[in-house]
Amino acid sequence: MHAEPLSLIFLNAALVNNFVLALFLGICPFLGVSAKKETAWNMGLATLFVMLVTSVAAFGINWLLTELDLLFLRLICYIAVIASTVQLVEMFVKKTSPTLFRSLGIFLPLITTNCAILGLALFQTAKEYDFVQSLVYATGAGAGFMLALMLMAGLREKLALARVPSVSQGAALSLMLAGLLSLAFMGFAGLGSGHG
Amino acid sequence: MAETANQGAGKEASAFLFEREESLTADTFIRGLWKENPVFVMLLGMCPTLAVTNSTLNALGMGLSTTFVLIFSGALVSSLRNWIPKQVRIASYIVIIATFVTLVDYLIQAISLELYAALGAFIQLIVVNCIILGRAEAYASKQRLLPTIVNSLGTGVGFTLALLSLGTVRELLGSGSILGVQLFSDNFQGWVIMMLPPGGFFVLGTWLLFFNWLRLRKQHPAPSGATVHAR
Repeated sequence: MHAEPLSLIFLNAALVNNFVLALFLGICPFLGVSAKKETAWNMGLATLFVMLVTSVAAFGINWLLTELDLLFLRLICYIAVIASTVQLVEMFVKKTSPTLFRSLGIFLPLITTNCAILGLALFQTAKEYDFVQSLVYATGAGAGFMLALMLMAGLREKLALARVPSVSQGAALSLMLAGLLSLAFMGFAGLGSGHG
Repeated sequence: MAETANQGAGKEASAFLFEREESLTADTFIRGLWKENPVFVMLLGMCPTLAVTNSTLNALGMGLSTTFVLIFSGALVSSLRNWIPKQVRIASYIVIIATFVTLVDYLIQAISLELYAALGAFIQLIVVNCIILGRAEAYASKQRLLPTIVNSLGTGVGFTLALLSLGTVRELLGSGSILGVQLFSDNFQGWVIMMLPPGGFFVLGTWLLFFNWLRLRKQHPAPSGATVHAR
C-alpha cells in the first residue's frame, strides 16, 4: 500500500473511485448547488480547499492520537477540525465576495456536514497514507468532486431549456442524470487496478 | 386525508411562528413516516441512502443505527436545550452526535463484524448525516424531552423504511434475493447494475418519480399538459 505511486492515488480518487459518483459522498451539495456552472465551480474550489486543510489536520491528529492511545476520540476531533475550517472559509468568502456568499447560501456552512470531507479524513486514515500521499489523495478527491459537480451543472443548464414531463421535475430527474453520469464513470473501473 | 394534512400544516406553521412547545400527539410520530419523510420528501441523508442500500440487511443495519443516534442525540440535545449557548449550539450538537456515533461504531463492531465490514466508513459518516443535525436544530432544541424522543423515533423509522424500500428493490433486481434468501431459480440472471452505484441513483430516482406522480394525481385529477419547469 505504501508503495502506491502518487499518480495512481490521484487517478483513483478523482476518477475510478470518484467521491460523488462511485462512493456516494457529498450528494447533498452535488444535487443542491449544481444548477449553475459558476456556483458549482466556486463550491468545488471551497470544498477542495477544506479537503486539503482537513487532510493535513487529520494526518496530524491521527499521529497525535495514536501516540496518546486515544483513538476513540478520532471521530470527534476530525469533525471539530472540519467545522472550524469551514467557519474560516465562510468568513473569508463573506469578506472577499458577498455575491458568492449569497449564491452559495446555506450550502457553505453545510460543507461541515459534507460527507465527502469527513469521508476523505476517514479513508486516508484507513488506507494508512503518509503525508504526501494524503495530500495527493485530497487533491484527487477535490478534483473529482469538482469534475462531477461541473459535469452535472453543465447537464442541468441544458436541461433547464428542455421540456420535461411534469412528473419528472426536480430531484427525480437530477437523480436519473446522476445515475447516467455514474454509469459513465463506471467505465474508469479497472484503470490502474494492476497495481491494486 | 387532505383535510388532516392541512390541519397538520396549520398547526406546524403556528408552532413555527410562536416557537411553542408541541404537545405529544400521534402526529408527532407519524409526520416523520410520510409527510416529512427525511429521504423522499426532504431529500436529506442522501449519501447513506444511496451507498449502503445494495442489500436489505445493510439497509436495515444502517437504518437502525441512524435511528439509535437520532433518538439519543435528540434526547440529550432536548434535555440540555436551556444550557447550550446559542452561539456554539451547532458545534455542541455535532460533538453530541459524534459521541453517540462512536458508541454505535463500537457497538456494531461488537455485534457483527460482517455488517461492520459491509457498512464500512458509513457508520462513522452518520455524524454528517444531515437528518440528525437537522432534527437537533429544528426540533430537539426547542421541544420537551418526550415529544423529541417520539419525533426522533418517527423520523428514524421513516428513514429506515425509505432505506428498506431502496434496499429490497436493489437486492431483488440485482441478485434475485431478499435478506439473502434466493427467490428465483438458478437461471435468474442478476441485474448487476442495480447493485453498483448507478443502480442506487436509478432506484431512488424511480421512487421519487412515483411519489411525484402520486402527488400530481392528488392535486390535479385531470391530466394537465407538461409544463416547462426544471430546476
